[in-house]
Amino acid sequence: MAELTLIPNLDDADGFYARLLAAHDGLEKSDSDALNARLVFVLANHIGDADVLDQAIKLATLRDA
Amino acid sequence: MNKIFEVPAYAYERSPDQDSVNTVRHKVIVIGAGPIGLATAIDLAQQGVEVVVLDDNDKVSFGSRAICFSQRTLDIADRLGAVRPMVDKGVQWDKGKIYFHNRQIYEFDLQPDTGYAHPAFINLQQYYFEMALVERVRELQANGAPIEIRGRNKVEAIGTHDSHVTLEVVTPEGPYNIEAEWLIACDGASSPTRRMLGLDFEGQVFEDNFLIADVVMEADFPSERLFWFDPPFNRGQSALMQKQPDNVWRIDLQLGWDIDREREKRPENVIPRLKAMLGDDVDFELEWVSIYTFQCRRMERFRQGRVLFAGDSAHQVSPFGALGANSGMQDADNLCWKLKLVIEGKAPELLLDSYSLERAQAADENITKSSQSTSFITPKSEMSRLLRDAVLDLSARHQFARPLVNSGRLSTPCTYHRSSLNSADALNGPEFTRPGSACPDAPLGDEFLLPKLAGKFTLLTIDADAPDRIEEDGVEATRLALSVKDDVTLDLKRRYLGDATSAVYLIRPDQHVAARRDTYEENAFRQAIRRATGKE
Ligand SMILES: Cc1cc2nc3c(=O)[nH]c(=O)nc-3n(C[C@H](O)[C@H](O)[C@H](O)COP(=O)(O)OP(=O)(O)OC[C@H]3O[C@@H](n4cnc5c(N)ncnc54)[C@H](O)[C@@H]3O)c2cc1C
Repeated sequence: MAELTLIPNLDDADGFYARLLAAHDGLEKSDSDALNARLVFVLANHIGDADVLDQAIKLATLRDA
Repeated sequence: MNKIFEVPAYAYERSPDQDSVNTVRHKVIVIGAGPIGLATAIDLAQQGVEVVVLDDNDKVSFGSRAICFSQRTLDIADRLGAVRPMVDKGVQWDKGKIYFHNRQIYEFDLQPDTGYAHPAFINLQQYYFEMALVERVRELQANGAPIEIRGRNKVEAIGTHDSHVTLEVVTPEGPYNIEAEWLIACDGASSPTRRMLGLDFEGQVFEDNFLIADVVMEADFPSERLFWFDPPFNRGQSALMQKQPDNVWRIDLQLGWDIDREREKRPENVIPRLKAMLGDDVDFELEWVSIYTFQCRRMERFRQGRVLFAGDSAHQVSPFGALGANSGMQDADNLCWKLKLVIEGKAPELLLDSYSLERAQAADENITKSSQSTSFITPKSEMSRLLRDAVLDLSARHQFARPLVNSGRLSTPCTYHRSSLNSADALNGPEFTRPGSACPDAPLGDEFLLPKLAGKFTLLTIDADAPDRIEEDGVEATRLALSVKDDVTLDLKRRYLGDATSAVYLIRPDQHVAARRDTYEENAFRQAIRRATGKE
């Protein structure tokens, strides 16, 4: 089973964070929410692997096991 | 002129059974002359099994219900000798368009692949579909096949016994009793048989209403499946439009849960809704309007001793995906050859339990599909709507998001991958012809493969040797020898060999793969026949 990457893996953590915030700049709450939702699907498609995505969903809930 | 569903198709006639001193016992009685009851009866009679169909009505389905019939259904109807009038009359389509708000976001092609005798789907009013089957019954009768339909014969009571079933039937001329060795209940979603036997039918109701309208209009909309998410003419809901024969268009408008159903059904409320959709200047006439709510549920087991359930009596799904009649046709397909072998004493009754297991698996798949479609089409929370709309917005620009769009997953044949009738896969061949799969068609010169696999066990050899026939414990398999040398389109190779250079398939009478390996090995195939008939 493919493993979800849990070690730091971003090329430029601060830069990514800043660009994510910038993408939301000036957006209404609903448009911001929509942007996040679209981003989830874009990234999910890039990953593709169902096992990795399942682990990611689980991890994001912040619930143990 | 009378519509086809207004004229009796199997008018009541007195049967000698009603005057017999002793109760007459038939081999098989089918309750219900809907699509599934008719298909079941034809399948049995074609194989020489005596069958009587009882229906409380005498006409084909009133108004239109199912309109969309799948390739697998057409393949089965072909085996039943009824496909011609369906395909001749039906509207073929393989393209669909998806709209979101006020614009088209993309189009799709259902069957980019070629090499099948029948189209991916046809649209045809259920009454025409049933009529084609009734005509086939008449043709069989003319040829002396043991089949009969009794109109206005309503089953009122059922008694079950170890060796037979007794029925109390009410007719316009009063009641009579008959018996059957086997009873097949194809009596629809509200199955009186199920109720009389006190059997469960558990599931989930979808809290939604759909206005289903068939309108007659001269319009030059293309024969495609048009689906709208949240269109301006039906805010917050969905809509679907499809073409049927005779310039009839099926329109499904989602209405939501809290509505006054009686009010919504009145023409003065329906017509403005349709005008908002079609435009003020389009002239149309209403052929049929109804409001439906839908459920997803199934019986726990489709066999109860000598009573078998098939079609809507056994399982019910929401209409997205045209899963209802299409899956019922596969029930008939799965059941009839098994029942015939059991009746002839060539297979144990246990084989009939595999009918229940295989088709319950199919029903579960359909229920899952149908529930998933519903969640996409009808988001239940703010977040599910947000996610849904995100997918739709992305799909307008990017192909990658389109597989996430779910406007109904159209009916596909079930692969019985867990069935105890399968032998272990012993061929390094394509995934979609592994044991349990419904055989895909392939062109053979001017003909097609599937009709050659119909109604009997077949040993399909592709560049491999095997005897012309083998018999194992009363069950015969006959060989069909093919070679990729004759396979100009390479469809046969693609669908049945993949990377292998030769193959031998054991194919069941319902055209599902029971076993496959690269060469013929007598013991393996004898054992495969035993397994496929419930003897191992
Ligand atoms: C709006 C709508 C759209 C649909 N669209 C599609 C589609 O596009 N594709 C698809 O595949 N499916 C579709 N379906 C589902 C499809 O119509 C059903 O799955 C199909 O009719 C089931 O066939 P059946 O033979 O099992 O039952 P039915 O068609 O319900 O037939 C049951 C028969 O049993 C008879 N009967 C009942 N009780 C008794 C009794 N006591 N004695 C004697 N006879 C009795 C009835 O008279 C009836 O003729 C749709 C359904 C609806 C409502």
